[in-house]
Amino acid sequence: MTDKKLTKKDFSNDQAVKWCPGCGDYAILSATQMAMAQIGVEPHNVAVISGIGCSSRFPYYMGSYGMHSIHGRAPAVATGLKLHNPDLSVWIITGDGDGLSIGGNHLAHIIRRNMNVNIILFNNEIYGLTKGQYSPTSKPGLTTKSTPYGSLDRPFSPARFALGCGSTFYARTIDTDPKHMIEVFKEANAHEGTSVIEVYQNCVIFNDKVHDKYTNRKTRDENSVRLEAGKPMIFGAEKDKGFIFEDFNLKEVELKDGYTEEQLVKHDPTNQGLVHMLANLSPETSAVPIGVLKKDLTAHTYDSSFQAQIQSQKDAKGPGSMKDLLMSGETWSV
Amino acid sequence: MKQIESVVVRFSGDSGDGMQLTGTQFSNTSALMGNDLATFPDFPAEIRAPQGTVAGVSGFQVNIGSVKVNTPGDEPDVLVAMNPAALKANIKDLRLGGTLIVNIDSFTDLAFKKAEYESNPLDTPQFEQYQVIKAHISSQTKEALSELDLDTKSKERCKNFYALGMTFFMYARDLEPTKKWIQEKFKNKDVLIQANTMALVAGFHFAETIEAIGDRYQVKPAPIDKGLYRQINGNTALSWGFMFAAENSGHELYLGSYPITPASDILHELSKHKNFGVKTFQAEDEIAAVCSSVGASFGGALAITTSSGPGIALKSEAMNLAMMLELPIVIIDVQRGGPSTGLPTKTEQSDLNMAMYGRNGESPVIVLAAAHPSDCFEMAFEAARLSLEHMTPVVLLSDGYIANGSEPWKIPDISKYPKIKSKLVKKELGESEVYLPYKRDENLVRTWATPGMKGYMHRVGGLEKEEDTGNVSYDPENHERMIEIREEKVKLVQNNIPKQKLLGEDKGDLLIVSWGGTYGATYQAVSAQIEQGNKVSLMHLNYINPMPKNVDEILKGFKKIIVCELNGGQMKDLLNKEFSCMAEGYTKMQGKPFMIRELSGMMEKALEDIKLS
Repeated sequence: MTDKKLTKKDFSNDQAVKWCPGCGDYAILSATQMAMAQIGVEPHNVAVISGIGCSSRFPYYMGSYGMHSIHGRAPAVATGLKLHNPDLSVWIITGDGDGLSIGGNHLAHIIRRNMNVNIILFNNEIYGLTKGQYSPTSKPGLTTKSTPYGSLDRPFSPARFALGCGSTFYARTIDTDPKHMIEVFKEANAHEGTSVIEVYQNCVIFNDKVHDKYTNRKTRDENSVRLEAGKPMIFGAEKDKGFIFEDFNLKEVELKDGYTEEQLVKHDPTNQGLVHMLANLSPETSAVPIGVLKKDLTAHTYDSSFQAQIQSQKDAKGPGSMKDLLMSGETWSV
Repeated sequence: MKQIESVVVRFSGDSGDGMQLTGTQFSNTSALMGNDLATFPDFPAEIRAPQGTVAGVSGFQVNIGSVKVNTPGDEPDVLVAMNPAALKANIKDLRLGGTLIVNIDSFTDLAFKKAEYESNPLDTPQFEQYQVIKAHISSQTKEALSELDLDTKSKERCKNFYALGMTFFMYARDLEPTKKWIQEKFKNKDVLIQANTMALVAGFHFAETIEAIGDRYQVKPAPIDKGLYRQINGNTALSWGFMFAAENSGHELYLGSYPITPASDILHELSKHKNFGVKTFQAEDEIAAVCSSVGASFGGALAITTSSGPGIALKSEAMNLAMMLELPIVIIDVQRGGPSTGLPTKTEQSDLNMAMYGRNGESPVIVLAAAHPSDCFEMAFEAARLSLEHMTPVVLLSDGYIANGSEPWKIPDISKYPKIKSKLVKKELGESEVYLPYKRDENLVRTWATPGMKGYMHRVGGLEKEEDTGNVSYDPENHERMIEIREEKVKLVQNNIPKQKLLGEDKGDLLIVSWGGTYGATYQAVSAQIEQGNKVSLMHLNYINPMPKNVDEILKGFKKIIVCELNGGQMKDLLNKEFSCMAEGYTKMQGKPFMIRELSGMMEKALEDIKLS
């Protein structure tokens, strides 16, 4: 934290940003920089680690420390960095290919361990950097260069993946809504543990309008529900729709059918059952939740336990002496 | 009592019979009695193969001497076989005329079947060549412990101490250190202290009583340098070497690792020493292990990662990233038999090519190799020093043989080591200063600024970079220049390593070249040739990339060069490529170390050839 008022500029550098014109990445970069300025963390205490992919060029455009590492491995690099430098604010930039395909193992394990880092997962449901192949989040049947007759893969739901790994913070936001992104990023940063933020990001070249349903002014209000903790899950252009519990699940209802706001389910990101129901909501059947789906405030972070264990050993045994170690056990004089 | 210079004893039995422990006690006692020694544990790849089968046999060989001992010995003088399977697995190695001690209680029809013997092998004429002692080890142990309040199974479990007691009598070993060890090991379990001690003494007395044991032998203390000694194996020495380098350099030690035989013991050892500030992280896989170390190195740690061949293969992309970023990291490869899963518990030196060339693009890294168990301490320190002073990955090669083998080690005076000077920048950059992360010194080494340092913010990445700034650059000429810089940077390490030493004269007929864990065998074999007056010298390489400057000159001083290595000839190829020196290869790929007599035979033949030509 600093007394000086930080601005977006403090988190930028002199390098030209080279994403395609119209790419959703620009907005995410800008929102991240603004969120960091508002958080008040100094640029030299921020490290942004990425893997490979369009999104992973991100660190090159930051005014902080950064590393563009290798494909899928950013969570592992970030883990080592955070364990060695526990005071850093560590951000991981990844995509649906980098994070869920080649790097799925590392993403699973960083979430499981609950490292105190922030992960921004750019989900555009396509491989952009390699020029348009289907990804593990592409919808079934998607026609791409590598699936000219349609994709046969069952896609991952990043939310269900993360929750399955024991995620303690999961949020979803959209590249066309900078204000929402900034708020979500700030909330993610405030969370002690692995914060996974899935950003619906548009690849203007290879999968344009993939999230149109939630971004298009005409349709977005009918197809997405903005989550706010403690508030009823209400949505629609006329604020006339919501969810109730029925058959152990969430059911979309309209107020005109006789439901009152009081009857609608209120969002509680700490309620495990509700969180899983929210993660299961898919665009094929209902509106999708946008915002902080899950927040678990009870889990320990791996990095704090890691440092505490070292400290407890130091307290118990005193600082180690190399000389004593060499002399330990059986020795004899000649 | 007869005096002998040295004796080789091998203990063998089922993997649950406690043979490693027995061998270790024999070794420790001998070390305390002033002998020089070398050990070689040999265990099966399976944790507990079916009891009584050859696959489940575990062995421990130790060579003790009143003279300098460099290897665990070519062939045992004494073989202890706790069951028929152990006999089957080991009898071919026993010296003709050697002593065989068998636990005759275990020589039953069922046991023969499990060991795939048709009948009692001891009845065959083959065994007339040995001095066979048939001891009722199991039943005598139980008998000796009959008064104790302990179940039969636990009593029988003490039989390894009975066997140890027998060998202690034969070689006039002191019982006290083992008695003391038993007391510490079974603290608060009085009955077990009693049981194991009684078994040890019973074995000792049995050997004293029977006439089957002819002579008793004495191995006097060896004439070794004065000083304080301890025993050490390679993996422990290596762990401590890095801990010392961390203390010396002021950079916290970070290990990212994934369990793999025979490297896991380094992870185990370092995980104990959290009070030294050592950080160990058992990652989800080999790739995450090395990547976490790259992250820690970016953060300013003395970062290392440990593995063996298959794991190193997985790490190659991240090693290349560290090379490209120019971050210090040490990659430890405790080599085992390859390719693929190969022979996990056996030794080999076949990862040299992978260390040198196993990455995409032009990817020079420093490559070092440790020569013997205690040398792992020295080479770990060297690996850390060169990595931190030259901002480059170092591959440190060890192998299963020296990793698990142990020897007496004169405890070094750590105040005498040079201070490692890392390239870490000063704490804060002035307001008007601009940090150039890839600006280089006269050795082409960049500086090291780490996240958290004010003013030094910069980005690194795997994409090709521009000189000085480190910004991404696709410029063709820049790319070529950067490749040359990275190559030259590693070559310049030559100025920071010691000159190559030789055993023997610097000119002569035959130069034996070896590297890594074969040192003990090549040293002893070449020493014998020199004693006989032959013009043979040994060049044992610890610094492989770059090699010391004088290697070229040394190679030119001999009529014939033979490179001895436990692989298909990888160092030979490397020398011929670098120096066009027409080196020949002498190789072995059986998962076992060289025997001295193999090397002696090879050298005698080579000297003959030189005479004839």
